[in-house]
Order: sequence, then structure tokens, then C-alpha cells
Amino acid sequence: MPMLTDIPSALGLYRAMLRIRLVEETIADRYAQQRMRCPVHLSIGQEAVAAGVSAALASSDQIFSTHRCHAHYLAKGGDLTAMIAEIHGKETGCCGGRGGSMNLVDPDAGVMMSSPTIGSSIPVAVGAALSMQQRGTGGVAVAYFGDGASEEGVLHESLNFAALRRLPVLFVLENNGYSIFTPLDQRQPAQRPLSDLGRAHGIPAETVDGNDAGAVRAAAGRAVGRARRGEGPTLLVCDTYRQSEHCEPAKVFDVGYRTAAEREEWAARCPLTRLRHQLIAEGILTKEAEAALLRSLRTEVEEAFADADAAPFPSPVNAMEHLHVR
Amino acid sequence: MFAERRIAAEPPPSGVPTESRILSGADALREAMALCMERDERVFVMGQGVTDPFRVFGTTRGLLETYGPGRVVETPLAENGMTGVAIGAAISGQRPVLIHMRADFALLTMEQLVNNAAKTAWLTQGKLQVPLVVRMFIGRGWGQGPAHTQSLESLFAMIPGLTVVMPATPADAKGQLIAAIESPNPVIFLEHRWLHFTRGLVPAGHYSTPLDGPKVVRPGCDLTIAATSHMVVEALRAADALATAGISAEVVDVAVLRPFNPEPILMSVRRTGRLMVADTGWNTLGMGAEIIAIVTEQAFGALTGPPVRVGLPDLPAPSSPALAGDYYPTALTLFDRAGALLGLPPSRLAVSRNRLAALIAEIPVDVPEAGITSPF
Ligand SMILES: Cc1ncc(C[n+]2csc(CCOP(=O)(O)OP(=O)(O)O)c2C)c(N)n1
Ligand SMILES: [Mg+2]
Repeated sequence: MPMLTDIPSALGLYRAMLRIRLVEETIADRYAQQRMRCPVHLSIGQEAVAAGVSAALASSDQIFSTHRCHAHYLAKGGDLTAMIAEIHGKETGCCGGRGGSMNLVDPDAGVMMSSPTIGSSIPVAVGAALSMQQRGTGGVAVAYFGDGASEEGVLHESLNFAALRRLPVLFVLENNGYSIFTPLDQRQPAQRPLSDLGRAHGIPAETVDGNDAGAVRAAAGRAVGRARRGEGPTLLVCDTYRQSEHCEPAKVFDVGYRTAAEREEWAARCPLTRLRHQLIAEGILTKEAEAALLRSLRTEVEEAFADADAAPFPSPVNAMEHLHVR
Repeated sequence: MFAERRIAAEPPPSGVPTESRILSGADALREAMALCMERDERVFVMGQGVTDPFRVFGTTRGLLETYGPGRVVETPLAENGMTGVAIGAAISGQRPVLIHMRADFALLTMEQLVNNAAKTAWLTQGKLQVPLVVRMFIGRGWGQGPAHTQSLESLFAMIPGLTVVMPATPADAKGQLIAAIESPNPVIFLEHRWLHFTRGLVPAGHYSTPLDGPKVVRPGCDLTIAATSHMVVEALRAADALATAGISAEVVDVAVLRPFNPEPILMSVRRTGRLMVADTGWNTLGMGAEIIAIVTEQAFGALTGPPVRVGLPDLPAPSSPALAGDYYPTALTLFDRAGALLGLPPSRLAVSRNRLAALIAEIPVDVPEAGITSPF
């Protein structure tokens, strides 16, 4: 494991991950109040991927996400208040309540799309990379997707085209081992590593411990560097684990698809706890600094929820707006 | 050409159900699946979640245990490819039932369905057949929003060669699914998510409900309401309320959108002189539009007023609960439109309308039953 002092802004990484965790824990805590009436897919346990990748990006770079988009959105600088309002179906939400939790966007922060349809946003990221290349912006596009999405044909079409045109795109395969309740080994051949999907198209692929924020940050940095130098796409496979249920913020299903032992094993590898211990051990995070950080993040989260509560619901009168751009 | 011998030699007697029980739509569908798999070993099921702990809203429960992973095939997330795989199995003698948890995901499969499934029998002049059923779910629920709720039936119903079925009750869901699985044609079977929770009398044993077209589910003489899927439930509610105001509405369950048999609706309109259509999809270019076109072409003289169309506004489905209420028409919408169609003064309808409005206010907008408090 590299020393954290070698990682640019290790504390920043920790802050980003802790913020995501606090936001999502608050969602889970309050979900039973039934005011967040949309499906919500939490990233608890997977925060290091979003934080590590975003730490390697410039604010003008763009990301394209999935149904499980909270962490990607927040790490890229998506507006927290607009996110919480969106999940509450409010007018001040990032989609005015039209999309809910699976459709988070904040174009100003480079969060261009989150798609609830598996695989759907991957080629769109490739298209953004094509545009960046054509316009010579030097920007990079990120396609986030899960292990399940790696089965969709559109990924393979996208990899091929991105390789063909050497597009500045980073494919981030967040492998949490499951598609809903179905484990990877029931869906893909065990003898073929996920990284081979990139190599099959001549795309350099790297597999990292997705619960090691520093490792993700470093690998993403290499990939972004290649993309910016015009050397084309990279596939980054991040092995991780979703500690929460697929789409049930406040429950744990004891239905046998994951063993308690498996959950505990991964809980022990929690990316947040791990980074925290490391930061403390290396003297980067003091008790006082941690307390101050927690205080300020909790205040921010509380304010976002209070804003969402106070915000008006959208009016059906405006529901047709923007259906066609004038 | 393909081994009929594999069908159970002595099938249980059909058509004479011995007993009925109150079942949910999901359980009725599960029974249909199990009966078909038991009677015909060519029948197999494939899709995402068919073996997972929740078994596709319970509709594939028990199948893996009885028939094993060879006939209960968990698939990768590859809707388009898997549809081609199902078609390939179907033309080679099997009877696949492919399931998508949302009709929205079937958008990925359009090429296979439209170009291969729909055309193979016609193109090969019947030398090859595609006995395929694609079950897919439509309808709202817990703020699922624009890409997880769409009622895409008219996309499929416009394609010659596909059979498109929308069950409205648990009993029909079972009988129609059995008929679909036993059909030699590719059948798109669109289940409203509310139907899975609806409870109703369901005959035991094997029976098949013919896929021969619309049927009158409530007789009446003042107007015809032709409805699909969940809108049949709303139409029946509206008809109950209209009856208390002395108006007799005939409700027709469209049931089979393609091949479409207009006769039952034409006959009804010839008696009532008035037509209202109510479907779960968008108004524009929807099934309702098609029904109105056919009725005006073929029974124009019978109409005593312009037909009325009730469907979704031309808008994607919003996630926010604040917008869902206005988006989805209910029995109250149908009641009001019926009153206007009949030219009745609101005063005459007020008592019935208030009672219906109170009933509708009790029914949650974004969950099928009150106890549901999270995504389902
Ligand atoms: C095209 C399509 N098929 C199926 C689904 C249903 N679905 C929603 S989330 C999900 C799991 C996806 O797994 P993965 O890509 O690994 O992402 P994860 O949920 O693990 O983050 C599935 C199958 C969908 N939304 N879109
Ligand atoms: Mg996954």
C-alpha cells in the first residue's frame, strides 16, 4: 500500500467519501418516513470508487452514471441540495422532481447523465469523448457502470468505437459482484476476468481494489493522463462491495443470496474505515480535525434535508415545459 | 415436425375448472407458468431474476425447485441478445417464456422482436414458427419515473405478426398466459404492476382464455367504455358510480390488441351509440386512437356524439408524487368524461361524483395497496 503522503489530497479523498456516506446514511435513516418516494440505490461500501476517480478529474471533465449515481454525482461536485430535493420529488430538485434518485444530473459540475437503464449511459460518455476530441478541449469523459452492465451489448460496441477512435474516455467498471440478487458467477464465465473485456478491444485494462481509495485515485490518474495525451481509452475494473441492499435503503434482506459471513468480511474491508485508520496512523487526520469535519458535514447534510422539506412540489401546470426545446 | 410426444400423454381436462380460489394476479400467473411447464417440457422460462429470492414478483416461485436450472434460465443483462436466443430456441422446437421486469427494458429488444419474431412465420410461409412469449411489466409504482413505468403496448401493437395481450384480472391473466404459451405465435404479454397485487377469483387447474379479442365485462346501454389493462379496473369503478346516477355504462376489456378483433366493440357501440376509450398508454397514436378510428370508419352512423379518448398526456412519466396524481387518469376522470359525453348537468351527477371522489381519494396514487412503504 502506498503511503498516503504520496497521494495528492488524501484528506480530500476522505472528506469526499465521508460526505457521501453521511448523505446516504441519512437517506437510509429517514427513508421509512416515506417522503422520499422513489427507488433509491445506495453506494454504501463503494464510495472509494467515485471519490478516487473524481479526484483524478478536472471540474470540466464529464461523468455519465447509472441508477446507482449518488456517489458519482456528489464526488464530481453535484449540488447536494438539488440532489436531496430531487429524491423528495421537489421543484428545486436537479430535475425538478421529474426524475428521482436514478436520474441525477448537474451539467455545471460535469454530471451529464445518470441513466436508470442498465448500460444506457455508456455510449453517451463515448459520444461526449468524441465531442471533446473533435473540439480539442483536452477533456475526459467517464462512463461509470456495474458488473451487470458489462453484459450489455452496448458496452462492447462502445469499447470498440472508443478504441478505434482513441477517444478520451475512462470506462469505470464498478464490480460489486451482484446484479440485484444475482451473483456474477451466475451471469458470466468464471474463467474470464472482467478486465479482458477491455483487452479484447485492445484497450488497456487495470484491475484495482475498489475499496482502496488511494489505489483507485492512482489508477484513475494514469488513465486520465493517457486520455489527455491522446492515447485513448482505459478500462478500470474496481472490485468492491455494496454494503446496503440493491434498492432498499433501510433494510437487510435475509433471503440467502448473500451470507452474513460475506457481508461481515466486506464490512471489515470498508473503504471509509480503512482510509480513516490509515490517515490517523500517518498523522494526517487528528481527532480534532475529524470532529470538526464531521460537524461541518452533518450541518451541510441537515441543511440539504431541511431545504428539501421546505421546498415546494412541482406544479402540474409546468409539466409540459421543455418537452420540445424552443 | 417437433415432437408432440413430449406433451404429457393425458393432459388434465381443460375448460372445466373445478374450483376457484381468491388469488393475487402474481399467484395466478405463477400457476399458469407452472401448469404449462408441467404439461409441456418444451416450455422453459428465461430472464433476469427468474431464480432470485423474489422470483419476479413471485411469478416464477417454485419453478427452479421443480424444473431445475435447465428450464429456469437466469440470464445475463443482455436483453437484445437473449431475445434472439429465445427466438432461436423457439424456431428450433422449444417454447420459451422470456421475462422483463419492465417493458422499458424490452426497448433494447425491438430489432429482434420486430424483424425476427414477428416476421419469421410469414417469411418462411409457416415452415418455421416462433412460439415465444415475452412477459413484460408496465405501470407506475413508488416514483419509478420516466424510464421504468412506460406503457409501450402501442409500439408492439403496430407490428404485424406480433400478438399483443394485456390481461386485466387475475383469472384472465392465468388463462391468457396459458393461451399465450400454447400459441404458435410470438406473444407480447403486458402485465400492469397493479395486476400482480390485484386479488380475484381464479379457477384451479388448466384452462385457456382464447386470445380472440375484446369481451364485454359489464353490460350496459348508455355508453361503451373500451379499456385496456388496469384501466378496465378504473372503468368498472366508474361504471359502478355512473350506475348510482342512473347511467348504464358497458365496459369492454380490449384484452387482445393485436390481432385486433373490432367486432365486440362495434356491436357494443351500435347499441349504446357512445364510445369512450381508456388505455394505460399515451393518448396520441395509442390503442384508444386506433379503436376510435376503426369505430368511426365502421360504425360512424351509430355514433350519437364524438368519441372520447382517455389516456396519458403527451408527457414522460414524472417521478414526483406531486405530479403522478395529475398524470394518471382514474375512474373519476372516466366518470367526468362520461357525464360530459352524455350531456348531463353536473348537478345530476354531484352525489355520485362526490362518493366516487371520496373513494378515489382513499386509493394511493403510487402504490398498489396501502401497506407498501418502499420500492416494490
Ligand atoms: C436494461 C435494463 N435491464 C435491467 C434492469 C433492471 N436492473 C436495475 S439495476 C440492475 C442491476 C445492475 O447491476 P450492475 O450493473 O452490476 O449495477 P449495481 O446495481 O450492482 O450497481 C438491474 C438488472 C435495468 N434497469 N435496465
Ligand atoms: Mg453490480
